Amino acid sequence: MSTRIGVVTFPGSLDDRDAARAVKLAGGEPVSLWHGDSGLKDVDAVVLPGGFSYGGYYLRAGAIARFAPIMESIIAGARAGMPVLGICNGFQVLCESHLLPGALTRNAHLHFRNRAQSMIVESTETAWTSDFAAGQKIVIPIKNIDGRFVADDRTLDDIESHGQVVFRYTNGNPNGSMRDIAGVSNAAGNVVGMMPHPEHAVEELTGASVDGLGLFTSVLRKLVAA
Amino acid sequence: MARVVVDVMLKPEILDPQGQAVVAALARLGFDSITAVRQGKRFEVEVDGELTDARLDEVRQAAGTLLANPVIEDFDVRVESAV
Repeated sequence: MSTRIGVVTFPGSLDDRDAARAVKLAGGEPVSLWHGDSGLKDVDAVVLPGGFSYGGYYLRAGAIARFAPIMESIIAGARAGMPVLGICNGFQVLCESHLLPGALTRNAHLHFRNRAQSMIVESTETAWTSDFAAGQKIVIPIKNIDGRFVADDRTLDDIESHGQVVFRYTNGNPNGSMRDIAGVSNAAGNVVGMMPHPEHAVEELTGASVDGLGLFTSVLRKLVAA
Repeated sequence: MARVVVDVMLKPEILDPQGQAVVAALARLGFDSITAVRQGKRFEVEVDGELTDARLDEVRQAAGTLLANPVIEDFDVRVESAV
């Protein structure tokens, strides 16, 4: 039986199809989940894709999506250990849900930034990064305007000391994120959020690299082993 | 119909690049005495019936749950008209 990975579609999601395609290329079975439903269709993990859910900028990025009916089930699942990956807008939703520390705010330079971005894999202890090597340099596209990760100093020190910084920008910080943070995890390591888009880096033809596949193969390996 | 105003501001330690862009534009326009701007949000909330303590508490709860993200923002709730 193949491993089922749910991909949520909110009104305004853009990258749900790419995320589903990445799951498939990695060897999993993508399952579409709808924001207005509450059932998770027996999925083993969930991806919250990028986009501009509920208008994106209305109120705060991710603030309204966080209260969608599907999120109640996802938050409960995440607290029980289900792997959850939030990409870009999905990362914002996970921070607004308080499943992840900190928040994503307007880029320091106020510009939308899209480019192939270098980053370092800081933690391979999460459900989504075990196929990488610690310290590995990878290239994954970014495309955001509300991508600047912020938290108070105590929170930053806390997540640094507990290995919850998962990805860090290198060769230039694209948005002013504190301590060059590109992605974080919860304390248990099953929930990961990242601003870069691994689902856009899964095929030589279209991606800047195929480094994004590692996120999806990591979680599939973990779920098969479980 | 009572009206309650909720002001939401980024916490002082959080960088506000929008406010910085505004103050830079003001300087270009010659408003030399303005040295800093921080940009926030104002919500005008209408509440059905008389504004009881319970209803005002509900507005405070709404502010802390949805209108503001307490991780990065502070909020202030004040009554503009009680009836």
